[in-house]
Amino acid sequence: MFAYLFLSLLLLSAGAYHLGRKRAFAVANGHIRKLHSLPSFYGSYAALWCFLPALIVFGLWATFQQGFIIDLVVAGMPPALRNLPPDQLNLVINDLKNLIGGNFVSSAPDPAMLAAADHYRHLRTIGNTALWVTVLSLAILGVVHAWRAISPTLRARNRVEQIVNIFLIASSTIAIFTTLGIVLSVVFESILFFQKVPISEFLFGLQWSPQTALRADQTGSSGAFGSVPLFAGTLLISGIAMVIAAPIGLMSALFLSEYATPKFRAVAKPTLEVLAGIPTVVYGFFAALTVAPLIREIGASIGLHVASESALAAGLVMGIMIIPFVSSLSDDVINAVPQSMRDGSYALGATKSETIKRVLLPAALPGIVGSILLAVSRAIGETMIVVMAAGLSANLTANPLEAVTTVTVQIVTLLTGDQEFDSPKTLAAFALGLMLFVVTLILNIIALHVVRKYREQYE
Amino acid sequence: MNKATPSPTPLQRDIKTIVNASLPRRHAAERRFRRYGLIAVSLGLAFVVLMFGNIISKGYPAFWQTYVQMPVQFDPAVIDPQGTRDPQVLQSADYAALVRAALRRLFPTVEGRLELRALYGLVSSGAALELQRRVVQNPELIGAEQEIWLLASANVDTLVKGNIDRSLDESERPIKDNQIGWVDQLQSAGKIEKQFNTILFSSGDSREPEQAGIRGALMGSFYTLLVTFLLSFPIGVATAVYLEEFAPKNRWTDLIEVNINNLAAVPSIVFGLLGLAVFINFFGLPRSAPLVGGLVLSLMTLPVIIIAGRAALTSVPPSIREAALGVGASKLQMVGHHVLPLAMPGMLTGSIIGMARALGESAPLLMIGMVAFIVDVPQGFADPATVLPVQIYLWSDLPERAFVERTSAAIMVLLAFMIVMNGLAIILRKRFERRW
Repeated sequence: MFAYLFLSLLLLSAGAYHLGRKRAFAVANGHIRKLHSLPSFYGSYAALWCFLPALIVFGLWATFQQGFIIDLVVAGMPPALRNLPPDQLNLVINDLKNLIGGNFVSSAPDPAMLAAADHYRHLRTIGNTALWVTVLSLAILGVVHAWRAISPTLRARNRVEQIVNIFLIASSTIAIFTTLGIVLSVVFESILFFQKVPISEFLFGLQWSPQTALRADQTGSSGAFGSVPLFAGTLLISGIAMVIAAPIGLMSALFLSEYATPKFRAVAKPTLEVLAGIPTVVYGFFAALTVAPLIREIGASIGLHVASESALAAGLVMGIMIIPFVSSLSDDVINAVPQSMRDGSYALGATKSETIKRVLLPAALPGIVGSILLAVSRAIGETMIVVMAAGLSANLTANPLEAVTTVTVQIVTLLTGDQEFDSPKTLAAFALGLMLFVVTLILNIIALHVVRKYREQYE
Repeated sequence: MNKATPSPTPLQRDIKTIVNASLPRRHAAERRFRRYGLIAVSLGLAFVVLMFGNIISKGYPAFWQTYVQMPVQFDPAVIDPQGTRDPQVLQSADYAALVRAALRRLFPTVEGRLELRALYGLVSSGAALELQRRVVQNPELIGAEQEIWLLASANVDTLVKGNIDRSLDESERPIKDNQIGWVDQLQSAGKIEKQFNTILFSSGDSREPEQAGIRGALMGSFYTLLVTFLLSFPIGVATAVYLEEFAPKNRWTDLIEVNINNLAAVPSIVFGLLGLAVFINFFGLPRSAPLVGGLVLSLMTLPVIIIAGRAALTSVPPSIREAALGVGASKLQMVGHHVLPLAMPGMLTGSIIGMARALGESAPLLMIGMVAFIVDVPQGFADPATVLPVQIYLWSDLPERAFVERTSAAIMVLLAFMIVMNGLAIILRKRFERRW
């Protein structure tokens, strides 16, 4: 429906481009040199006049039509329905939407609802027709305007370039709006959360059980929102991952850049980087179905009890995932160390490994630390592996054979399937998201700063 | 040592012996260090091989599916007792009864409720749908009798593929002794066959493993990625062009750059929170829709495209720009006619890599509800849908062996797409990369 309108608008604009070009030739009487700009700019000028005003109206209309119609429908409902308290009214509106969409409705619809649905359909038809008429007539009006404005002295190129410039600048601000959107969305919901749960409890509490009672008379857990076990679990799993990834990644980077023949390097480096391209859900599957049972069996065979969702399995697989991050980042840093430093060391009679240990590593240390910090931030924010392979219950333990849960796991479990937005349970997910965002941001800023500072040293 | 040189002083000789004495130790350390490096690299490579081997060995059987050949009698009394041939009647007839009758005909000796129910369990419930499709397509079939290959149930499929241990106790097996007996009879009669699994690619999700396919997820991924590409590519290129060619050096530009670099490292799940709070709660866009998924993923992919685009733009030499400006092009013409076409291969390479990453991303999509059980194949951008990686996540939770197999097969399809996309990026780079 909207797609067809958009397509017709595009077609109209293409037509406008041709008209504009033709018009430019016509007003120049065959003397193209008299025109201020190239004919194609006059074409673009007409096309923009056709497209932009219509598109803006189209966008606004499409955004607000539904809400507006629903307001009208609600106003037209019988007073018994209309004067319900807001949350019940929302339920009614939801039912109405389901009814209109032809979905399954919980109970047999009563006549008032049916009438409202008819009213809605009626208004929607009117709205859509009006939208088509408005948008298309705006487009045609735009073409007419451009047609009349085109003259040899019209500075079409400058006008068109101005608009393109605005588009470029607007595009570049999207990054800022994204950051702003992230910060605002997590901060707002977190503030709501901290009104219900004191911030000190969230930061220092040792109990995490987000199940709150739904009704006042319900017994059972009343909800505890201490995030320490989650961060402990996250750190445990990330720690295991780094214990795997840091030595393997660093040693492979050293081997590939200092020892390996060019041929071997040409094969091994891209193969290692394949690990970075595999979707994390695949790692999760591998961890949950292959690594975890394997670890449990090995544990059982030497008489250890291993939880089936042990931190070790998740951490191990996450470590594998992170190897290429460490190795390719360290590779960059190692290659940035000037050859003269190596040559100096060799001239003093040092062996290769001595050069690496005494010269290369100290020189590259800040960069390597930076790359490891980046890898840690990656591990902390990783979601799918832990969702699939780590546990759900928050244990405060340092034993890698037990099940722990992480910040990302809790965000996912709190937010999937639950639609209500005012319970501390869902809001807690946003508070966790805020913490996650802040922690990774700080790690990234430190790491980037260290790496950049270090690079400048040798440039 | 040259004889002509004066003999070394005692001190020098001392150092030489010390050094010589230390050499074996130092060389051993050197060899040890080298070996550690080699071990690290081999471990890394072994992980790659292990993962691929593990998934392929689990997943390749899923590309074949077991079918049972059965003499189906299209009994008019069951399908269309009135003989009206009304499509409505044909649509709603009890085709499962035909399947049951055919099974009874194959094994006439089976009696008793429990036994019969076990017998009916050999064939998938999808078999009735297959018969319905045939009859609706060709009503002439009614009254005829045909040998038809019908979809076996998941348990029979797993048994035929040899993934059920027959030596286990009956109570621990999903398939019972009598069923195994029937399957063996059918097999020796040549009435069981493995055919290429078209269902995997042609149908949506299902609770029955033998009827579950990835088509819904593939279409969902397609729509989501289409939105992602349509949004992130133009905006990413525009941003890269602005920052590289037009932006003045000031604090605002610095702010934008810092922002882009930081966004590239924000955990993907945080983008999901953004999508949930802004797109769904604030703007009221539908949950589970590819539209919202595409919006979220395009915000995630933008930094990748921008960073790659800027690298591509800086690799275009300034002489090109100066030449264009020299013959009177405006700055925008210079970019549009000369710089951008030369930088385009690099930008496309970066975008394809970004899209491949978006294809494999699932965490932010869990937040915006693309994780529901959806049977229908989505038809548009606002239909509820799921994507391939999320489908993998959903299936990986299911305990049946047949689903494990299908999960691995879906992973193989996903990896194949990733390999194709990355390969395309590499080819593009090799083919069009210019060195100045």
